[in-house]
Order: sequence, then structure tokens, then C-alpha cells
Amino acid sequence: MTCCTMDAEGVLSLSSNAISAEEALLASQPLGSGLRQSDFSVPGAHCGACISTIEKALTRLPYVKSARVNLTAKRVSCVWYEEMDGKPVNPAGILSAITACGYHAHLFTADLSDDDRVRNQLLLAVGVSGFAAANIMLLSVSIWSGAEAATRDMFHWISAMIAAPTLIYAGRFFYQSAWNALKHGRTNMDVPISLAVTLSYSMSLWETIHHGEHAWFDASVSLLFFLLIGRTLDHVMRDKARAAITGLARLAPRGALLINPDGSKRYAPVDEINVGDLIAVPAGERIPVDATVVAGQSEVDLSIVTGESTPMAVSTGAELKSGAMNLMGSLTIRAAATAKNSLLAEIIGLMEAAEGGRARYRRIADRAASYYSPAVHLLALISFLGWGLIGGDWKQAVLVAVAVLIITCPCALGLAVPVVQVVAAGTLFRRGIMVKDGSAMERLAEIDMVVFDKTGTLTMGRPRLAHRTDAGAYELAVAAGLAAHSRHPLSQALLREAGLHALAFDAVKEIPGAGLEAGTGNGIYRLGNAAFACPERPRGAQQSEAFSEVVLTKDGIELARFYFEDTLRPGADGTIKSVARQGLAVVVMSGDRECVVEATAKTLEIDRWLAGLTPRGKMEECERLGKLGHRILMVGDGINDAPALSVAHVSMAPATAADVGRQAADLVFLHDSLEAVPEAISVSRRAARFIRQNFALAIGYNIIAVPIAIAGYATPLVAAVAMSTSSLIVVANALRLNDRAKLAGRRHPARNTKRSTVGVVSL
Amino acid sequence: MNMLIYLIPIALFMGGLGLFGFLWSLKNGQYDDLEGASWRILDDEDEKMPRP
Repeated sequence: MTCCTMDAEGVLSLSSNAISAEEALLASQPLGSGLRQSDFSVPGAHCGACISTIEKALTRLPYVKSARVNLTAKRVSCVWYEEMDGKPVNPAGILSAITACGYHAHLFTADLSDDDRVRNQLLLAVGVSGFAAANIMLLSVSIWSGAEAATRDMFHWISAMIAAPTLIYAGRFFYQSAWNALKHGRTNMDVPISLAVTLSYSMSLWETIHHGEHAWFDASVSLLFFLLIGRTLDHVMRDKARAAITGLARLAPRGALLINPDGSKRYAPVDEINVGDLIAVPAGERIPVDATVVAGQSEVDLSIVTGESTPMAVSTGAELKSGAMNLMGSLTIRAAATAKNSLLAEIIGLMEAAEGGRARYRRIADRAASYYSPAVHLLALISFLGWGLIGGDWKQAVLVAVAVLIITCPCALGLAVPVVQVVAAGTLFRRGIMVKDGSAMERLAEIDMVVFDKTGTLTMGRPRLAHRTDAGAYELAVAAGLAAHSRHPLSQALLREAGLHALAFDAVKEIPGAGLEAGTGNGIYRLGNAAFACPERPRGAQQSEAFSEVVLTKDGIELARFYFEDTLRPGADGTIKSVARQGLAVVVMSGDRECVVEATAKTLEIDRWLAGLTPRGKMEECERLGKLGHRILMVGDGINDAPALSVAHVSMAPATAADVGRQAADLVFLHDSLEAVPEAISVSRRAARFIRQNFALAIGYNIIAVPIAIAGYATPLVAAVAMSTSSLIVVANALRLNDRAKLAGRRHPARNTKRSTVGVVSL
Repeated sequence: MNMLIYLIPIALFMGGLGLFGFLWSLKNGQYDDLEGASWRILDDEDEKMPRP
């Protein structure tokens, strides 16, 4: 349990994400007989210790019946009793138990997805076709080694009987897709597959009935087997891509505490909130809908909504956007929009519009198929007509045409792309980068520009004490002692800086939007913004707006000033340099204020930056760059980045991103370091090279094999050997990618140790 | 050649047994968490982990 515990600081920063009992209850499903099941996604879980830590922590709770971690899906499902000793159970305790072990956990609405069913069907089909292929191949070997007359016929008949149900059961994926394509007047890779399989089976059956010498049962079934492997790998890759929209529903608060006209409070789902309703928002909760503040004072964290890094003070009359986090005091707000018309909903709309754009991307395999399949059909037709017209033997002509179709059947092509992508995704996964979709890797290999968000991406969104004036160890200890009573991010930064040296104060009052105040025998200490801490004296020389400032005073006399800046994400500097070395342009797009963005851009030596952008602005800028012919990699984390993430050619998000951002991104990196960006780019570029090599191998094989088939020398044995060899060569070539990756890992032992904690490939 | 009468059904039956085993394990959720399974085997404690 050493590899993945978080430090106390991490836990501290998580505690503000607590979820209310009502919300947890809304997200759970009843199982009947007093049991309910809740699902949580735990992105941080990655090793055996994580499994046992979480499971033990949960089963220790008295009301939990069972808990099981699924490491592949990084999910925990927990079954618990609704009532314990006659009292309803608070399911939020499950979440805090996971959090207490040091893991980030989110509520997850479990739905047995369609994808899982298709995956199982594909695996079943692989199993069935593998079984059939092995058995038919055994029988075929006997025939090739000299079985004669009646024995050969019997073997053929047995093969035919095994092949028939297999072709119907396992081949249905191809038939359906081919039929669909033909119905719409197109052809795809599945048309030659279906044609070859069906034709070769009927020809073989005809031969068998007429006691012929050759049959192609083995070829048609093993063809299906190889193709299904490719199809399954491909599906497993895409499986990881979950719809962005379902994720959004999870981030948005599920419910809110409505205040009835008579003053009583009622917890209601967000859908039931109408414009004008009064809502109570305690500290640490997200604002459910766009609203105005009616009563109370607080500071809200907008970093995930707009990218603004400093918390904003709000008081009566202030307007709030949904998704912002209430940091300090409790607020009473009046809904200004329904959930459907709030900012989050607007972002869903923007993303839905953007999704269509990315769907236009055609995968390499599809593009290859559009050239390949007409060529193959033409070739088969020409050889059929050629043999029939010139030789006059139409039966022989059909045999040759079938041979051409089988030999050119895109086994190797079907495997060429998915095998490489799965190997590359495994390599990236070991380095803590998750790829949601195979086509994301294809797109990543094509980019020429990288756009970074600032808050949460280039920087951690966690303030750090940059420098202080007049403050010795004593002043720092006083300030930290005051700060210990607040959950404000700046206070926590002060506390971290002071460590154990903080002084203890008894009565500390937190004034939302201003700061902290403590009355002692010595005088009144105040820690907060300048206007609050030393009201008599106007603020002194302003250092720079890029820094957040906190003043410590005693009876209105200034003791010290503290300046905070956002911490750069580890590896940010090196990342920008290596991205530039890879020949890519770098741009910063942020919703934060201009001076803050400028300071960050200067530190990282980035020339092009844009500040103060709205979510729509970011998206439009990405679209504009796309229209100029750039292919953009967008790296971002917040709600405000989500539309830009979906509109960019390809996108990446850190695991700490808002759920929306994570869902919209094609790649997610788990480690803090930003080095994941250049690493992912170089792996996908290498994968693209291997895919091209595989295409070259597959086409080269066809150039050699097709003349043999056209010349009429392709006996079933030759076809079977040629087909399998080409597939094996393609797979072997893809595995070389893995070798290289291992070598590269060995060259950086220091980095490798960190990566090795991520765990085994999950496929 | 008479032994083929026995051998072929036996071969098919054994192959079918393998196929059945695969189908059963797939339905039974044995492939749901491949990564977790590889770690669970290293867990020393004999505590029973019931399936939810």
C-alpha cells in the first residue's frame, strides 16, 4: 500500500467534494429485499493493493453487504442495506470511506451498456469460429496428407456440417454490415468478405456432393476467425470511448435543497427546479443551476467553469453559473434558469453540435477499404470472365474467382490497424495514458498544433506561496494558525507552507469574501484581502495582478503580505520544449485574466496566447484554426474546455479534469506530469508508421499471391497457408512496436519506475 | 479406417468441451476484470470476496 496512497494534502483537497446522502441515494439502484447497489468510478485504482484497501474499507462498514473493485473498468460496485437497526442508512458514508483511503471517487450511474453485450457476442463468435476452424483444419490436414475417395468425402461432409452453423452464427456481423452497405449503394470491406465466405462455401459444397478433390471449408472458416479477431480488438478499443453526454449528467448536481415558501426545506432533483425557486447551497456544494444570490456571502471557485484561477467573492445580487463550487459560507440563491437552460446545458448543446464534426473523420481502415474492395471485386470478375471466355470451362472459372476472392480477402488488412492500435494503446496505458478510441491515435499522429488550456492543465489550479514581504517565521506561523480555520485554497496553501509551525487560535471568525479574524489578548489579528485587513490604509504598492495577495494585520497594522501563484504542472516546461521539438506549434487558450495568462506563457516561453475566452470562444477559436488547415491537439480540463475538446481534431485531458472534460477528451492521462502529451504524440506517430508498414506488407502479399490465384494454381492448401502467413506477419510486425517501447523505457529508468506503478495492460 | 468412426466424434466432442468451457467462462463474467484478477491472485488473505 505504498504505491498509490495520497498524501494528507490530497485528501484535504478532496474533502470539499463531499456528496450529500440524498444525492448518493438518487444515484443508487434498488436490488429488492432491502438492498441497494451503488457504483462509483475510482480512476486512481490501479494495483492489487488498491483493490484490497478499498474492498476492506468498504466491507468494514456495518451496512455494506459486499463490495467489489473492477480494476479494468476502475469501478467499485457496492451492495448495501437500506436500513440498519430501523434507521435509514446514509450511503454518502461509502463515498467518504473510499475518499478516506486516499482515492478520488465519483458517483457512477451504472447501466449495462450496449457495448458490453456486443463485446460478449463478438468474443462468442471468435470462440465458435476458432473451434470450427481448428477442427476443420485438422480434417483438412488429413485430406492434404492423402485421404482418398470415400474417406475424403466423409471428411468433407463433416467439415461442411461444422462450417455451416459457424458461418451463419459467426459470420452474421459481416453479412449484416455488408447488406447494409449494399442497400445504401456503397461497398465496404465486409462485402468481399461475405462474398468470399458464401461463394467458397457453396462451391465447396458443390464439390463435395460431386466427390470433388478440393474443398475450401477450412479457408472460409479460418478467414472468419482471423477477421473476427481483428473486429473484436477494434471493438475493445472503441469500447473505452463512453459517450460524453452521460458523463455530463454525472458532474452536474443531481439535486438541490429547495426552500419552500413556508420556510421548510426539501431535497429535489434538479429537473424539478423552476425559475424563481429559492435554493440553499451549503459550503462545499456545486451551484445546481444558473442563479442570483439572495442572501449570504461566500467565495465561489470558478476555475472549472471559466478557467478563472482566483476564487470570486459573491454577495447578495451576484450572478452565479451552474457548476461553480461554493467554497465558504452557505448561500441562498434564486434560480435564474432551469437546469435545461443553464450553462452546463448550453455546454452539452455545444458539444452535441461538435460531436458531429468529429464523426466526419474517416478511419484509415475505412479509407483503405474504399479503394481495396472495388479493386478486389473487379479482379475476381475479370479472372472469372477470362477463364470462362478463354478456357471455356465455366466451373473452373468459378473456382478461380473464388480462389482470388479468398486469397485477397482482407484478413491481413483487417488485422493491420487494430493490432497495432491495441499494442500502442497498451504501451500508453502502462505509462498512465488511456486512449478511448483507436481513431484517436490515428488523428493524434496527424496534428501540427497543440493548444493548451492554462488553469488545471499547464498549472495545477492549486495556489502556492510565491513570495512574502516582511514576514519572518513568526508571522508565517500566525498567518497559518488563522488559515487553519478556513478551507479557502489560499489558506490551505499558507498552511502547507508553514507545515507544523502554525500557532493555535481559539476563536477565529471567517468573513466570506474578506478573510479571517481572531481576537486575542494581544489584539485583533486579521488575515485576508487588503481592504479587510487594513481598512484605514489603502493598499500599498501593487506587486502584480498575476499574483493573489493576502495581508496579515494586527489591530490594523500590517505585519506581512503574502503573494500566491498557481503552481505549474510538473514537466510543463520540458513538455513545451519537446512538443516544439516535434515540430508543432504551441498556443495557450485560457478563460483566465490576461495578466495571469501572460505571466504563465512568459514563464513557459510560449509566444501565442489568448486570455479571457468563454467556452464558446474557445470552441470558435479551435474551429477557426481548423478551417485554416491546422490539425489541433487540444489539452484542457475544465467545463469551459469541453466544447473545444470535442471540436478539436483530437483532445487530451488530465485525470483531474472535470468529468465533462474527461469524457470529451480522446486521451486521458493519469499522472500529474504533462510529459504524457509528447509521449502520446510520439507513440501514435510510431503506431501510424507501423500501420503503414502493415498495409505495405498486406498489399505486397497480395501482389505475390494474386497472380498465383489468377493462374489457377491456388489449391486450398496454398490459399490456407498464404492467408494465415500474411495475417501472422502483420501481427508479428505490430508486436515490434511493443519491443521498441520496452527499449525506450529501459533508456529512462528513472521515469520508468514511476510508470511501472500503473499496472498491467487492460484489454 | 474403422477407428475413424470413434476418433472423429471423440475429437469433436473434446473440441466441443473446450468451446463449452469458453462459453461458460464468458457468461460467468470471468473476463470482466482481467486486470484485477491478475492482482487478486497475489492477495495473501483468505478472506472471501463475495460478488456483488
